[in-house]
Amino acid sequence: MVPQFARGHRLHQDKARKRWVILAPERVFEPDEIAVEVLLLVDGVRTVDQIVDTLAEKFAAPREAIKVDVAAMLADLHDRQVLAG
Amino acid sequence: MTTQIMTGSLPDTSPPPPVGLLAELTHRCPLRCPYCSNPLALAEQAAELTTADWARVFQEAADLGVLQLHLSGGEPAARHDLVALVRHAAQAGLYTNLITSGVMLDAARITELAEAGLDHVQLSVQDSEPNSADRIAGFPGGHARKLAFARLVTSAGLPFTLNAVVHRQNLDRLDEIVALALELGAKRLEVAHVQYYGWALLNRDHLLPTRAQLDTASDLVAHAQTLHRGRLTIDYVVPDYYATEPKPCMGGWGRQVMVVNPAGRVLPCHAAESLPGLVFDTVRDHSLAHIWTYSEAFLAYRGVAWMRGACQGCPKAEQDWGGCRCQAFALTGDANVTDPACRLSPDHHLLDVAVQRATAPIGNFTYRERAGTKKARG
Repeated sequence: MVPQFARGHRLHQDKARKRWVILAPERVFEPDEIAVEVLLLVDGVRTVDQIVDTLAEKFAAPREAIKVDVAAMLADLHDRQVLAG
Repeated sequence: MTTQIMTGSLPDTSPPPPVGLLAELTHRCPLRCPYCSNPLALAEQAAELTTADWARVFQEAADLGVLQLHLSGGEPAARHDLVALVRHAAQAGLYTNLITSGVMLDAARITELAEAGLDHVQLSVQDSEPNSADRIAGFPGGHARKLAFARLVTSAGLPFTLNAVVHRQNLDRLDEIVALALELGAKRLEVAHVQYYGWALLNRDHLLPTRAQLDTASDLVAHAQTLHRGRLTIDYVVPDYYATEPKPCMGGWGRQVMVVNPAGRVLPCHAAESLPGLVFDTVRDHSLAHIWTYSEAFLAYRGVAWMRGACQGCPKAEQDWGGCRCQAFALTGDANVTDPACRLSPDHHLLDVAVQRATAPIGNFTYRERAGTKKARG
């Protein structure tokens, strides 16, 4: 599965407030630090498995644990119509 | 009042930056909605900012910390440089939202806007029933063009919000308006009760809903929000005239949003020019950052220091920020008093009086038009 942002939604570096935000129609979401790490890898090209691999390597953490977290987070953002595909 | 504020010292710390910028690109619009949020004195085309002015303003906004830009009017598509403006805004990193009537944009221009980086479209409709919609907008054939526009926006892959301003003359068809949003493929529906300033205040007797209409509509919205969750987000703006607590207008004066009008004057809210005695700086003279921090108009009602009466020391002062200054002035003649929408306001009864008076028959709107122009009344 290849996650991507739904049209009208994107990750944005909010330099004035030193944080990352998701810009959406008439909404601004503030993802937590883990969500930001995942969303920085959502580019419409990487598969979920590749995202999990990258994070497992970056944080030297067990792949299965990361996979569970990433799946839950992506499902939540799908429900909010932030992600499509 | 304003002179007193300026004799004090300037703030030594900058307020948190604004999140949104509402850019009123022009006051020109082919529609004549009798509740238009533009001021009664509409800006002339000759006074409008240039493309280069707006490009600079957008960059200043992004640098200041603005995240979302709302391109509005009038009808923003009346500007021939709209595509260029969207491109400048997108290059500055702003999230661009086009607030439009949809009647001036064809397929080619929508494609150009999408390619220039437009993020989202908000399309207004005046009703679900075409004849009523056209009569309210004062623009024959407009409703059909809006529906065609919505389909073009969807084909271009742009997400859109349907915005329906509701009032006594269309509220009974709210279920049809929800159905229209679903049919057109909108991801969001804004059901916004008329806010009574400017043009809407002139037409208040024709527009205020009855209590029964309001209760039915509120139930309908609550039901539809649950029914269509995940498919259609429905936001609901409730009417002040039946409220017991004031709304936090603009998220608080000078806290979240800046408005730049067609001539470049920077306002804390789009109706702020209705208030007497406020002086507004312009982007021709100062940067947005300077205006946000130091403009007399932004300092006038920022925070809680200006509050008196029921607002002073109220535990909700930093939640509703005293409600709406324009409404306080429009109803009482004093911009410094508690918003009459608050049940603690000594002027709260004025809302009931207005509701009792609002029994004018359908028709006879005072349509929005430039002073000196003459068009038939509806």
